[in-house]
Amino acid sequence: MAQHLSYEESVRGVWKGLGLLAAVTVVEVLLSLLKAAEFAESIRPLIYVASLLIIALSIYKAYFIVYEFMHMGYEVKGLAMTVLLPTLLLLWALIAFFNEGDAWRKSREKVLYKDQLELPAGDEVGMSDDNNLLYLSQES
Amino acid sequence: MTEERDTDIIIAEDHKPELNNDWSGGDRKPFRTSYGKLMMWYFLLSDAFTFAGFLISYGALRFSSPSWPVPDKVFATAPFGINEYFPNGEAPLIFVTFMSFLLIISSGTMVRAVQEGARENKRGVVFWMLLTVLGGAGFLGCQAWEWTNLIVKENMTVSTNPFGTYVENGYYLDPETGEITDEEVVEGETYLLHVAGQSHGEEAADDHGDDHGEAHFAYSTVPGDYPGYVVDGLRPDGTGDPTAKPFIHRKYVVVDEETNEQLLKVQEFGPPAFGALFFGITGFHGFHVATGVIFLLIILINAGSGVYVARMNGYEMVEKIGLYWHFVDLVWVFVFLVFYLL
Repeated sequence: MAQHLSYEESVRGVWKGLGLLAAVTVVEVLLSLLKAAEFAESIRPLIYVASLLIIALSIYKAYFIVYEFMHMGYEVKGLAMTVLLPTLLLLWALIAFFNEGDAWRKSREKVLYKDQLELPAGDEVGMSDDNNLLYLSQES
Repeated sequence: MTEERDTDIIIAEDHKPELNNDWSGGDRKPFRTSYGKLMMWYFLLSDAFTFAGFLISYGALRFSSPSWPVPDKVFATAPFGINEYFPNGEAPLIFVTFMSFLLIISSGTMVRAVQEGARENKRGVVFWMLLTVLGGAGFLGCQAWEWTNLIVKENMTVSTNPFGTYVENGYYLDPETGEITDEEVVEGETYLLHVAGQSHGEEAADDHGDDHGEAHFAYSTVPGDYPGYVVDGLRPDGTGDPTAKPFIHRKYVVVDEETNEQLLKVQEFGPPAFGALFFGITGFHGFHVATGVIFLLIILINAGSGVYVARMNGYEMVEKIGLYWHFVDLVWVFVFLVFYLL
């Protein structure tokens, strides 16, 4: 495709692409500021929608850089696939490790919650005639 | 089929393509591209996995923290006091957006250099590569300023993160008397812990203009537990540790929802992984930019001195360093996304 363009056209294409990337970046920053604005704090869906939009725009930027600036769109399909397909492995890494991070947070919260629990005193347990249990509760 | 004779074999051998002894593999190129460009792509693929590993570990650690510093508060400064012209003296993300533009524009000038190379235009290649080098060097300069500001002014280190975030709503104590004020603590808001006795570049985070009202009050620089705040460095035996950085932690109260009791809280440090991840990942990216600038300069000088004119291959070396340079820009898209935008 680009090979068929005249020199002037491909030069114009570069500046157009540059303008596009700059515009997308500005939109991303505006969305990010919007989601951190004070009035947005009470509207949870707004934060999620803005975050998802920012991620989608970043992926679009990455696609544009790879396909136009790095000329991947004009290479042989086999070359493009050998480079792009292995990156799909990262999808699994994303799911697995973000899940893992969330699990770390949950188990830490659980430990903190258990740490602040108070042990009932021996006579409150109601089985103080059982020597064994009494011993156990005094021990701890 | 006729039966096999010795002569048939000899004729067949004659029609086989000539095998060469030097392993160069004939004249058909795999994927119709040069060896150098193909290997540059595979190097970039492996590098992408390295960066992805770093960024995914960032994500996992961020998910595992109960709170995370809000980037609008952390990255709200700009050189030459530009942030002073903004409300509250904070210019959220402005400087880092400028840095992104520098890198994107240098990517565009790099495409122009490759285009001029394809036309065998030496002057064009040198001119556009020079602009690319300037963009890359400008980006590195900006990053140096950003790091200096974080380390020297805001006291962030690899293991200390003075940017904390509230996880509850409440009210500050007056630092002088220890009485509850009507100054609010807001859940999800990020504050910067200041070091006692240091003038700080920005009045951001926890202040909210209270400096103006209490200009007569100054925080003590001696480690200890004061009515409305704590200064770091108090040993259990009551003496001060002179080597500890005296961070000021303000006290605030949170009302317990179930018992209606007032619980006294002290400002904590933010998640310690933040500093290590920030300096590690932006540092690794900056290292890529720095090596990119060096290689751009080498190839710029080679192009200028006519090395590639003799090769007659459309300045392929410029194309290869171009691929690397766009990759650096590509990585920045994701670093920018996770550290500054989200």
